[in-house]
Amino acid sequence: MSGNLLEVERLTKRFAIGGLFGRGRFNAVDDVSFKVDAGQPQILAIIGESGSGKTTLARMILNTLAPTSGAIRFRGQDLLGVRGRKRRLDFMREVQPILQNPYEAFNPLKRVDRYLYASATRLAGAKSQKARDEAVNDALQKVGLSLTEVKGRFPHELSGGQLQRTAIARALISSPALIVADEPVSMVDASLRMSIVNLFGRLRDELRVSILYITHDLATAYYVSDRVIIIQKGKVVETGPAREVLIHPQHPYSVLLKESVLSPDDVGQGAWEGERPRPPSQTA
Amino acid sequence: MLRILKDLFRYNREFSLGAILILLVVAISLASFLSPYPSGMQYVVPFDAPPSWDHPFGTNSRGQDVFWQLTFAIRNSLLFGTAVALLSRLIAIVVGLTSGYVGGMVDSVLMSINDTFVVFPPFPILVLVYFIFKDHMSWALLAVAMACLGWAYDARLIRSMALSLRTREFTTQSLFSGMSTGQILAEEHLPYVLPIVFATTMNNINWSIGLEVTLSVIGFTNIDTPTIGTMIYWANQHTALVAGVWWWIAFPVGLVIITFVGLYLLSVSMNEYIDPRSRLSGMGGAA
Amino acid sequence: MRQSGRDNGSTVGPHPPPEGAPALSVDNLRAYYLTHYFGVEREVRAVDDISLVVRRNEIYGLAGESSCGKTTFLKTVAAAVRPPLSVIGGSVQYAFLDRDLYALNPAKLSAIRWRRLSYITQGSMNVLNPVRRVRESFIDFAYRHMGLKRRPFFAAVNEHLQRLHLAASVLDAYPHELSGGMKQRVTIALATICRPEFIIADEPTTALDVIVQKDVLAMIREAQQQIGSSMLFVTHDMTVHANIADRLGIMYAGRLVEEAPTADIFANPKHPYTAHLVASLPRIGEQSRKESLSGAPPNLANPPSGCRFHPRCPLAMEVCREASPALTTLAPGRRVACYAASPLVKPSPTAERVAGATHRAERVGLVQ
Repeated sequence: MSGNLLEVERLTKRFAIGGLFGRGRFNAVDDVSFKVDAGQPQILAIIGESGSGKTTLARMILNTLAPTSGAIRFRGQDLLGVRGRKRRLDFMREVQPILQNPYEAFNPLKRVDRYLYASATRLAGAKSQKARDEAVNDALQKVGLSLTEVKGRFPHELSGGQLQRTAIARALISSPALIVADEPVSMVDASLRMSIVNLFGRLRDELRVSILYITHDLATAYYVSDRVIIIQKGKVVETGPAREVLIHPQHPYSVLLKESVLSPDDVGQGAWEGERPRPPSQTA
Repeated sequence: MLRILKDLFRYNREFSLGAILILLVVAISLASFLSPYPSGMQYVVPFDAPPSWDHPFGTNSRGQDVFWQLTFAIRNSLLFGTAVALLSRLIAIVVGLTSGYVGGMVDSVLMSINDTFVVFPPFPILVLVYFIFKDHMSWALLAVAMACLGWAYDARLIRSMALSLRTREFTTQSLFSGMSTGQILAEEHLPYVLPIVFATTMNNINWSIGLEVTLSVIGFTNIDTPTIGTMIYWANQHTALVAGVWWWIAFPVGLVIITFVGLYLLSVSMNEYIDPRSRLSGMGGAA
Repeated sequence: MRQSGRDNGSTVGPHPPPEGAPALSVDNLRAYYLTHYFGVEREVRAVDDISLVVRRNEIYGLAGESSCGKTTFLKTVAAAVRPPLSVIGGSVQYAFLDRDLYALNPAKLSAIRWRRLSYITQGSMNVLNPVRRVRESFIDFAYRHMGLKRRPFFAAVNEHLQRLHLAASVLDAYPHELSGGMKQRVTIALATICRPEFIIADEPTTALDVIVQKDVLAMIREAQQQIGSSMLFVTHDMTVHANIADRLGIMYAGRLVEEAPTADIFANPKHPYTAHLVASLPRIGEQSRKESLSGAPPNLANPPSGCRFHPRCPLAMEVCREASPALTTLAPGRRVACYAASPLVKPSPTAERVAGATHRAERVGLVQ
């Protein structure tokens, strides 16, 4: 039995791109390998721009998309073996997603609590209504909400921050070991962003949940994560401890990413006047 | 739901007119239960009497009262249309949602079956069905046959909606809440396609009544069951128009037109209501 | 500190003097969404009594979270008001117009659009027609407004592209051949070709990747300086504001709560909401813990009494619950609406009146 919670080995996903004449192929995820240790809960940030393949990677780890080659092992078991309803439910008990857009994460025609109760019933195995209420309320408490605030509400009756925290609470009901969060704060307002990011820190420290924090935001990744993986066009270009990599990036792409981050300390207009003129560029 | 209908009735003119017409048609069909004469019985009244106080729609050459005969006919036609529509909606929903959500092989197989049905011409096939079953041809059999031919277009429509619903984030949320595929389809996705299903139901009822009338008029159905189509069939058999018994044809045709217009108006107003954006804001979402 | 040089107005060149002539004056603007759905009457006060001035040749940044009314505000100053949104009161004056924006007839309005008042949005690359070359889009949008013959027109287009460091060959590309950042650059060129006096930018870089975002911002800045226009720049991202805006207005729940030169906002925020926005920005290389704000943004259909921020405010006092504070000038160029910031801040008379007036309209029920 290996001591790895999650082991991603030489993972590749190839997509065919259409076109009348012949088919192009490109690797959305290209030979990606990394491990998450089971003994030490951690926040692993996966950083990349749009089109870098980070969402494809997340979907493969969540087992909703099959890899072209390579393997993903969760607690030593290959995800290819997670077939059939029972095994899938067992897998979902341990691995839960947090989605990007809190307004989209709940069916607007349905009450929010149905997802919480479904998780409590199907994943946490709560039999009675009382046990369900308890499981749901416990999870909501962990994110600073309570059942009375959420029960019977439709998504449009809650704010973006409340919805995102409800989504996190739902993911926590089955006490997962790993949470895959795909751009969880990119659609959340500035004043709420830090509350979500701080919550991730608490989940790691207090509930010992490991989190794959997929983002393009280097500043929050630096703030909360332990390790980072920087991917460019599906390939890992740099990996290591978050502080080290983000303060002293080595790979030219990581350096470029870091330099592109706008800093609030550059107050005063015309911060780039020295950089111009650039050579005329065409299709980037 | 009731409140929505009430509001629609009050604020949407198409809906209110359509609803009034359909209620009228339904009332006429319900009147069949009060009929003094059983539906199959012939020679119970004088022949070929023009409309009068005793027989408001006149009588026909088979000795039947046209009004009471019409109540049976429209009842059967409506029931027939509704049965076909419900049956074909059921197939369309199951096929469309499953195909769109499950995807992969299931999708390919279901959609190739679907496309086969799309290109089948319904009319010759129904005639063929009649020739196969001949005397065994019944109301229910025809309904099943027509339902089998009437679902394919709408299944594609529903599938295209299911395809986009599958990529919505709440679908992932449901999946990872441990909901089963059936539950996701029935509880998460179905509400999104229902409004479209309602609108297509009206169109489908129209389509099936129209097709049934066509088949009946030329005698390719069970002509002993009174429907709007078989009424016209018998009127033709007795050369009603030549004989000047116009009321035998005019009233069934008039009533079926009213039914068509009513259903059409309902379907149009439903389409207007379906626009999910206005629906969601109607539910209270701010700006 | 960097801002000291700007405050005494000694800087020359692109930096505007603090008391520059107004390019846009908005006074007591109120715009509400009035909706009737199946007989239910609702009123959402998205822009509630906003007054501000954008000066010549400056970039005025407007910050605030989603549904605080900043996009609605842009729509009202761009005269892009469509039901259910309607302007309830106030005035919008552009320096290049001899009268209020809402006193114009539709023909005059469409004549100033693009030519003198230009709009760049998050999705504005969608103005490029996907099945035609970029050149055609330039013809569609600008040819009529420029009033030039074909050859001089393209000479002007080429010159403009060159000025913005874009290769002339982009004109022959189809939009799908360009990357997202490139498309946004082309639309900025398109929006500035007529040298408009005023540019409205609504989250123009939010959909872009980090690497591209910086270049596009630089280009916006450069375009604005070269043609000497004024700009109203809206985004929720404070770091973007830090890098582009000359002055910054902070909106909360439909109201302007603070306004100051950008550097002052970041160095010394007066309003607790602004202070929170500034303090919560994470920085690479900084370890300190960032606290988050409790509570949720208010529902504009039913905002809290008094100061709309008071339920979430760490400094809330009794008076905050009762009366809305007026946006008060504390120093030249510095306005704040918070009782805790200075004893000079007094309850706002207009806001009270507004609150009373809206109370009547707030009833929700069936009309008939």
